[in-house]
Amino acid sequence: MLEVLIRHDFGGFQLDAAFEAPAGVTCLFGRSGAGKTSVVRAVAGLLNADEARIVIGRQRVDPLPVHRRGIGYVFQEPRLFPHMDVRGNLSYARAGADAGPVVEMLGIGHLLDRRPADLSGGEAQRVAIGRALLSKPRLLLLDEPLAALDEARKAEILPYLERVRDAARVPVLYVSHSVAEVARLATTLVALEQGRVVRVGPATELLSDPDIAPVIGIRDAGALVTARVVRHHDDGLTELACSGGALWLPHVAADEGAQVRVRIEAQDVMLSRALPEGISALNVLPVRLSALRDGDGPGVMVQVVAGDDRLLARVTQRSAKAMGLSEGWCGYAVVKSVAVASGNVSR
Amino acid sequence: MTGWLGPAEWQAVALSLRVAVVATLLSLPLGIAVAWVLARKRFPGHAVLNGVVHLPLILPPVVTGYLLLISFGPQAGLGGWLEAMGLGVAFRWTGAALAAAIMAFPLMVRAIRLALEAVDPGLEEAAATLGASRWRVFYSVTLPLIAPGVLTGAILAFAKAMGEFGATITFVSNIPGETRTVPSAIYAFLQVPGGEASAWRLVIVSVVIAMGALLASELLARRVAARIGGRDA
Repeated sequence: MLEVLIRHDFGGFQLDAAFEAPAGVTCLFGRSGAGKTSVVRAVAGLLNADEARIVIGRQRVDPLPVHRRGIGYVFQEPRLFPHMDVRGNLSYARAGADAGPVVEMLGIGHLLDRRPADLSGGEAQRVAIGRALLSKPRLLLLDEPLAALDEARKAEILPYLERVRDAARVPVLYVSHSVAEVARLATTLVALEQGRVVRVGPATELLSDPDIAPVIGIRDAGALVTARVVRHHDDGLTELACSGGALWLPHVAADEGAQVRVRIEAQDVMLSRALPEGISALNVLPVRLSALRDGDGPGVMVQVVAGDDRLLARVTQRSAKAMGLSEGWCGYAVVKSVAVASGNVSR
Repeated sequence: MTGWLGPAEWQAVALSLRVAVVATLLSLPLGIAVAWVLARKRFPGHAVLNGVVHLPLILPPVVTGYLLLISFGPQAGLGGWLEAMGLGVAFRWTGAALAAAIMAFPLMVRAIRLALEAVDPGLEEAAATLGASRWRVFYSVTLPLIAPGVLTGAILAFAKAMGEFGATITFVSNIPGETRTVPSAIYAFLQVPGGEASAWRLVIVSVVIAMGALLASELLARRVAARIGGRDA
């Protein structure tokens, strides 16, 4: 359990954020300048906020100085100590943790004798994550740890972050402005706007809420669907089962029987009144319309229910009118297999 | 070298080395502390402290020496008290070291402060989140990173202390074997007929020591920088 309340007057910018989150990964999401970094800096004690109340588990940590809070912090830049080798950096915290499993999990065993100056950006960030984990933190703060990396490096590190989430059993507060990262990692989502918390809730629920689309950006909106891998087929497709029916996606890197979460972007979902025939799209799920929200432009954000899962679809107001879309409407959602990139599927 | 240098000359060289080493080593911790305060802290007296530290650099050395004399001389309150404790500095080699340290202090602080300002505070923050107390952050992260600057500051201070003349001669006079450092000795030799040869030898020694210190600092600084910057070259 994590409980955070931060109030601070920056002179012109007021930060007033409060939220509670269960165990798992809590993503602080918002545009740059929304105050995300200030919140985590205050949680760590690096920002002396006017008013703070931070409870981790059952302990209140805000009266403690930074070095006594037991909070691991991974910054945007690796911030490795340049005068120590990787081994020295990893053991800096002296928390008595066994480095072996962490080193193996992050794949940094071959780097131990190197100096930070000789590491690539991705390697350095992995070492920084390991260094924070080896301080045996009660809470791990990750402040846009991928922001300084290019796309290839991001894709390289994300699986390691998933492993940290699954293996470390440490609550994580993750700052990001990337919906893709949030969708892959978040258990709980905290949406921040201009220094204030606008929404808090389970990530799957919030991401499929049409009302949150303006906060995360209409083009990035998309719901999370939980699915189980059924079979990998010879033609390069993977068959999955979700509560609403079968899903066919380009090869998913997970074992048969494994649970995955799939982000389906709202603009990739098409709605149809009748069961469409003779179309190239492989995924057709029977759905019922559960919520609808008019946007500022010509679009409408529609939430539909497929089994126990929810999908978001973005259609034009013209189509909505022509099809008579309203709550309780029943029809079909159509998703092209190839629209779901491999980065949108995670464990 | 004792064969080449006369006893009086050798005495001056040995004294100068002792004065410069003691002045540098004893003022180094204070120099680091003052540089840290000036680089990292903002407080009402900041400009005043900065000014006081730099004063010896801009005041005529004779003025600094005179101020030392009236505060540390045997008649002064502070000097009398030190004298009673057996720590009197007036007209002693320790006084020469004090004068040298004060004259060299601004150079030392400047070099260390520059190095401190170049340290990424983000590294110190990271160390704190890893459980390091302020003191541990300082000696395990900050100090190693400013080592080249500390070294430069110490060498500059040493060189300045070796050459200090005005404040020293005003404060502790020019007593052979006690306060006659190399510059004072050169000055004294030039005052007597036939002293040029001795003066010249001391000039050569001065140049050699100065060049040696400079080379040593360059070499050490390069080593330290290589250790910090990665690549064990």
